This record gives sequence, structure tokens and C-alpha cells, in this order.
Amino acid sequence: MPKHETPLLDQLISGPWPSFVDDLKSYSEYRHKNPKNVEYQIPEDVVDDLLGVLELSYVDKETHWKHGGIVGVFGYGGGVIGRYCDQPEKFSGVAHFHTLRVNQPNGKYYSTEFLRAICDLWEFRGSGIMNMHGSTGDMVFLGTRTEQLEEIFYELTHKLNQDLGGSGSNLRTPSCCLGQSRCEWACYNTQEAAYQLTHEYQDELHRPAFPYKFKFKFDGCPNCCVASIARSDLSVIGTWKDAIQIDQEAVQAYINGEIPPNGGAHADGDWGPFDIQKEVIDLCPTQCMWMEDGKLMINNKECTRCMHCINVMPRALRPGNDRGASILVGAKAPILDGAQMSSLLVPFIRMEEPFDELKELIENIWDWWMEEGKNRERLGELIKRKGFRELLNVAGLKAVPQHVQEPRHNPYIYWYEDEVPGGWQRDIKEFRKRHQR
Amino acid sequence: MAFISSGYNPDKPMENRITDIGNRHYGEFLPPVIKKNFGKWLWHEILEPGVLMHKAESGDEVYTVRVGEPRLMTVQYIREALDIADKYCDGYLRFTTRNNIEFMVDSKDKLEALKKELQSKKFPGGSYMFPIGGTGAGVTNIVHTQGWIHCHTPATDASGPVKCVMDDLFEDFQKMRLPAQLRISLACCLNMCGAVHCSDIAILGYHRKPPMIDDEYIDKLCEIPLAIAACPVGAVKPKKKKIKSEKTGEEIEVKSVEVNQERCMFCGNCYTMCPSMPLADHEGDGIVLMAGGKVSNRISAPKFSKVVVAFIENEPPRWPTLTKTIRKIVDAYAKGAKKYERLGDWAERIGWEKFFEVCDLDFSHHLIDDFRDPAYYTWRQTSNFKFTSKFPYEYADLKVEK
Repeated sequence: MPKHETPLLDQLISGPWPSFVDDLKSYSEYRHKNPKNVEYQIPEDVVDDLLGVLELSYVDKETHWKHGGIVGVFGYGGGVIGRYCDQPEKFSGVAHFHTLRVNQPNGKYYSTEFLRAICDLWEFRGSGIMNMHGSTGDMVFLGTRTEQLEEIFYELTHKLNQDLGGSGSNLRTPSCCLGQSRCEWACYNTQEAAYQLTHEYQDELHRPAFPYKFKFKFDGCPNCCVASIARSDLSVIGTWKDAIQIDQEAVQAYINGEIPPNGGAHADGDWGPFDIQKEVIDLCPTQCMWMEDGKLMINNKECTRCMHCINVMPRALRPGNDRGASILVGAKAPILDGAQMSSLLVPFIRMEEPFDELKELIENIWDWWMEEGKNRERLGELIKRKGFRELLNVAGLKAVPQHVQEPRHNPYIYWYEDEVPGGWQRDIKEFRKRHQR
Repeated sequence: MAFISSGYNPDKPMENRITDIGNRHYGEFLPPVIKKNFGKWLWHEILEPGVLMHKAESGDEVYTVRVGEPRLMTVQYIREALDIADKYCDGYLRFTTRNNIEFMVDSKDKLEALKKELQSKKFPGGSYMFPIGGTGAGVTNIVHTQGWIHCHTPATDASGPVKCVMDDLFEDFQKMRLPAQLRISLACCLNMCGAVHCSDIAILGYHRKPPMIDDEYIDKLCEIPLAIAACPVGAVKPKKKKIKSEKTGEEIEVKSVEVNQERCMFCGNCYTMCPSMPLADHEGDGIVLMAGGKVSNRISAPKFSKVVVAFIENEPPRWPTLTKTIRKIVDAYAKGAKKYERLGDWAERIGWEKFFEVCDLDFSHHLIDDFRDPAYYTWRQTSNFKFTSKFPYEYADLKVEK
């Protein structure tokens, strides 16, 4: 007999997609049976009460979680998010329901041994309910009581060699695509870059000293599987400088229909036989490809590396060998002044360990943002407020046409005084000698 | 429920304290075939929906089975996945950026048994635990936020609407019949922890009522200047008010704020800074549907999603209007777009006026941008447009009846 009736939530049990309600209900029963005799450190009926409070939200169409609550572990200003229920008498099991963010391994590979240990810890000291993963990339522990926070942190660090992730006005947990571990297009080791920067900037990650959040994301190629260009203050997107590698025999195999185009991604559509002219050459945004004597030709100097041809013919085309990344900065979601995409700052940077050039750039930008940024102002908003040239100044970089989609629409150029011969200090009397009033 | 110490001593928090150790190195968690061929992959192919094969320079192959997961999950669910990974995948698995789980094996003959086991796993109520799919030109799993299960600012639920939309689009999760990949995301309020602003289809929780003010408590619970500064449109002003105390019944003067309600754009930033200014409302809250965004640089530049439905009511538990509206858009896209064309590229090619017609969506002033500079660039500065039958366009048709 469940603790709370949940007739509305029960309607989310049917249908083919994995039912989180069914998962929670099954787990609630398991928690009561407790076959492994776990000495639960928070109420046994936490899952029942979570279902209960969610059912109440389904009736009320309003949330029942209170605003904030400052809790954390000693010495850290992030990684724990306080959460309290606004109906604690009815749902005592979730009266405290704090979140911990646990810094995921980069690329989100796990050994079963490690993840089992994580599960066991969280079942013992928390609700046993998690997100795999949170939006920024952390493993998220959903729901424990204040007195368990230090205990969990102690066990994570002492037994699992594992730290918390970021929250609040600090560096958020860096994330990356799976990179070279299993993708032929990754132009640098995204996992190593994310790992090394995570470790280099532990202080910034755990102790809020920034105007607001700051995110790094590492994409291995312009396909942007980890959405760095939309979701990070500093987006690192793999790219290359030399020619796309071509295997002409494989090109012929695609033309002859021996290999399915786009890695077989369109198998269930009725798209007819592959047509290299229509599907590759005509869709190239720079029109830099053509067929000559049965061979696929590319004018690589005109290529902008959009990945389309490579995506369509992965066995025939590969990114070049002279590889690195482009750095774009300033992406954010709409709060406050509207959404922003990252803007190109460094067309090409080497991405080799120990990533010194990248770290220099990051630290220059941080110094400026920490000095000039207003409370809760993201980097992208600061760049808009102070102008792109200020960003170039603080980064110590020159302007190049790659920085713009097109030049400015107005002549309102903010000239610096030292750029204008003679400067701005003039004598009106001298002027009047030439021009009567 | 006896308290069991981890070894932590609350009287001496610094004793044996370990901090700033970061995450574990990914190298510890790579399956052997992945570790061996790291950085040496040649090409890949999707063998069938949800099943990928990657070929390495060494000749090695890795076969990956991708399955959807609910993102919100219990440790028992994770243990089910771990059992499968132990049985078939040498004790390794990985999660994707879009809430899928990937099980990898190093030869094709291990694939069938793995797939069979994944397909056979069901929750007691019959839903799949590990549905195979989410690859290629189809719908992959929805990236989403917490919603009513854990968040203090949501304007809608997250896991519930996701379950309903994915139930409805389940066939397209398990097939690759669409012109290109279709990425759906959900953020339960404008803070957009789910950063849905560049998705093919974005489900966004939105408030529609200005904040209420808890006058008696605001000065005790909030830094009033921060709440004022938080408002992007300058709609919050300081205000001394005479109120009748809820506690004592006496008339008291309090430091509070006043909201210019006509200016409010319902972003909720004041509430983020100040718990005494709640916005949530069962009638006001609901969903904004956006479409046509993407993050990939393929063919065209990344683009923002655009608002295509100004408001859809919250209809728990199954959100029927939301699922039907998304279905209409997906079907129109599947029918109308060319191969490789993302939803936003398709809408731009046919024109957004046509998009609203072929998707059978209404249009109203809510969909014309009026927020600062970007607004102007979204109006039409050309005489090129298409006539539509759904939307009469002559002067007389446009006139609002008095």
C-alpha cells in the first residue's frame, strides 16, 4: 500500500518510453524491503514522499520546493544546492532534499565498479535518486539531509577519490564530447583538455569569486555535439588548417551505392540512390567542391570546415592532419538580455598538453571579467556592454576579419585618442583664428 | 536509523580533509577496445537505428548500442544497466550528452545477445527500461531540466512532459526516417538550465503573471537593492508600505518594493534574487514552444530557436496539447524538408509564413519580437514574402473588427 495515492502520476506509467514514475515506485518498494539491509541515513520513505509532493504539484500546477537555502560543505562555495519542501508536515521524508553535483569523468565513461560504489553511497546516505546527468554534465545526487552533506563529501573524497562539481558564481564543471575515445572527427583530445582544466582551476570551481557562472565546453569538431557554441562562456571547437583527406576509391564506392551515405543515418527514409552532386557538392556552403575525371576535388582554401561532406562520406573524407581548435566566447541562455551564441575570438589555437596558450587566454579574460563584470553579468553580456574591441584589448589580440560576419553597419567608431594625429586637446582660440564666430 | 559516521569529525572539519581533487581521470573508465584505439578511429556506420560500428586503424571494431534513459533515475535502474554492462561489456558503459546510455562490445557476434537483453527489460507497468534508438536522422532523447520534482522556479514539469512527448515520438526514436536529426529540449523556466535556445524544437516553461510581493517578509529575507537591480526592464522600485501585520494584526510600516506590472516580462530574475517575489501560478504558467534552432555548424551556422507557439497550458499528467502540437511540426517537417535539411533550415527555405501554414499553427502579435535591438532584425525588411491561404493578408483582412 503506497504512502500517498498518486492517480495523476500513475498515468505516466503507460507508454513505451522509460517511465520515471514506474522507476520511482519500484524503487520505493525496494527501499522498504531493503534486501541488502542498508542502514539508511535519511528517511526510508523519501521516495514515497517525493512521489507525494510531485503528485501535489500535478494537482496544483505549481512547484512545492522552497527557494534556496544556504548549505554546503566546509570550505566550498558550490557543489551543493539547498532544497526544502514547502509542505514539510505532509512530506517529512523530503523536508530537506538537497542536491549534490558530483564531477563526472570526462566523456561520461564509467566502470561498473565505480558507478556501483556511487550508487551504494547514495542509497546509504541519500534518496537513491539521481540525474545521469545534470545539464552541465555532473552526476547529480537528488535529495539528502543537511547532516549527511559532510559525510557524503568525506566518503566521496576518501573512498572514491572523487570531488564535487561547480554551482553558483564559479567555474562550472567543464564538459566535453567523447572526443578521440570513439570519434574519428575529434581534432584534439577533448577529454584531456576538460580534465586538465578541471584540475588546473579547482579553486575557481569550488570557491565563488566570479560575477556569475562561467562554463567551458570542449567540442572536438564543428558538429558541436556538446553544444559548446550555445552553452558555454568559452567554447573550444576542434578544427583543422590543411586539406580534407580524400580516399578517392571510397568516394567511388559511395557513388556506386556500395556504402550508405551519412553513415547510414537515413536508412528508414525513401531518399532514392545517393547522388554526390545533389547531396554533397551542391550543399557545400562555399561551393568549393566539384568532380573532375571521376574524382572528387576540393578547393580547401575556400572550405570553412562545416563538416557536411565529411558527415555524408565518413569513409571517404576525413578532417586534415594539422589540427587544433577555434575559440569562441560569450554564449548564454536568455537571462537577462536575451540569448547569445559564442562569438569567434581565436580562429586557431593549438590544443596540445599542457594547453598553456588556452590557459593564458582564459586567465586574461577572467581578470577583465572579475574587474569589470557586474553582479550576475555573464561574459557575453560584458562583451556586449564594453564592446568587442575591449575584449581584444584584454586578451591582447589583434582584430582580423574572421572576427565578424560583416563589418559594422554604422560609422560610429570609438576612436582612441592616440589613434588620431594631434590628439583631442585643441585650442578654441586657434580654431577661431581660422573660423569667425 | 542509527547515524553512521563516515569518519568525518565535525569538531575538526579540517582533520584529514581531502579537497580540490577534481574528477577521476577518464582513462580509468575506458573499455579495452576504446583505450587501445584511442585517437585512431577511421570511420563509423549506423548499422541499424541505435546501433553504431566504429572502425579503427588497427582493424578493430567497436559496436555500440544506444538506449534512451529517463535522466531522472534511481540507483536500482542504474544497477540494472550495470548488470548488463558486466554481463556483456566487460564492465564498462557510457552516457551521452543527450541522456542516452551506450553499451559497447568489441565484436559483432556479441551484439545480438546484448540487444535482446536490452529490449527485454521492462518496468512493471510495461514501459521499456532501455529502448534502443536515438541515432541518425531521427529523434534522440530530450535534454531536460528538473521541473516540479526538484526546482523552485519552474513554470512547468520536466520529466512528465518529456515522457509524454517521447511516448508520442517513440517511433521516430527507433527509426531514421526524418530529413536530418531532430533535437528536442525542455527547460522548465527561462533560466534555461537546459539551454534549449538552440534546439530544433524547444519546450520552455514560462510564467505569465508578474511577481506577488510578500511585503511583511521581503526586507527580512532579501537584499532589496539586489532584487531591484535584478530586473532587466527596471520594473521593480523600492516602496515603503503601510500594511497590517499577519503576525500581530497591527498596522506597521515596512520596506518593500513595487512592480510596474505593464513592464514585467515575467523572466523571474527578481524571484531568483528574492524569495519574497514569487511568480508561479497555476493559470499563468505554461509552455512556450520554440523551433528551428541548432548548434551544429553543418551547412549553415548555428541558430537560435524561434517562438512558434506563444502559450500552451500545463495539462498534467499527459500534456495532450503539447504532444499534438509537436507532432504536427514533426510531421510537416518530415513531409516537407529535403534530405539533410534541419528544421530551421527548412523553415527558412520555405519562409516562416509558410512554416506556420504547413504546420497549421496560429500566428499572433505574441510572435513578433519586441525585446530590444534584435527585434528589428526579425521584422521583414523586404517586399519578398509568400502569400498564404491560412493567413488572409489583404488590408481589409488585417483590420481588427471593432
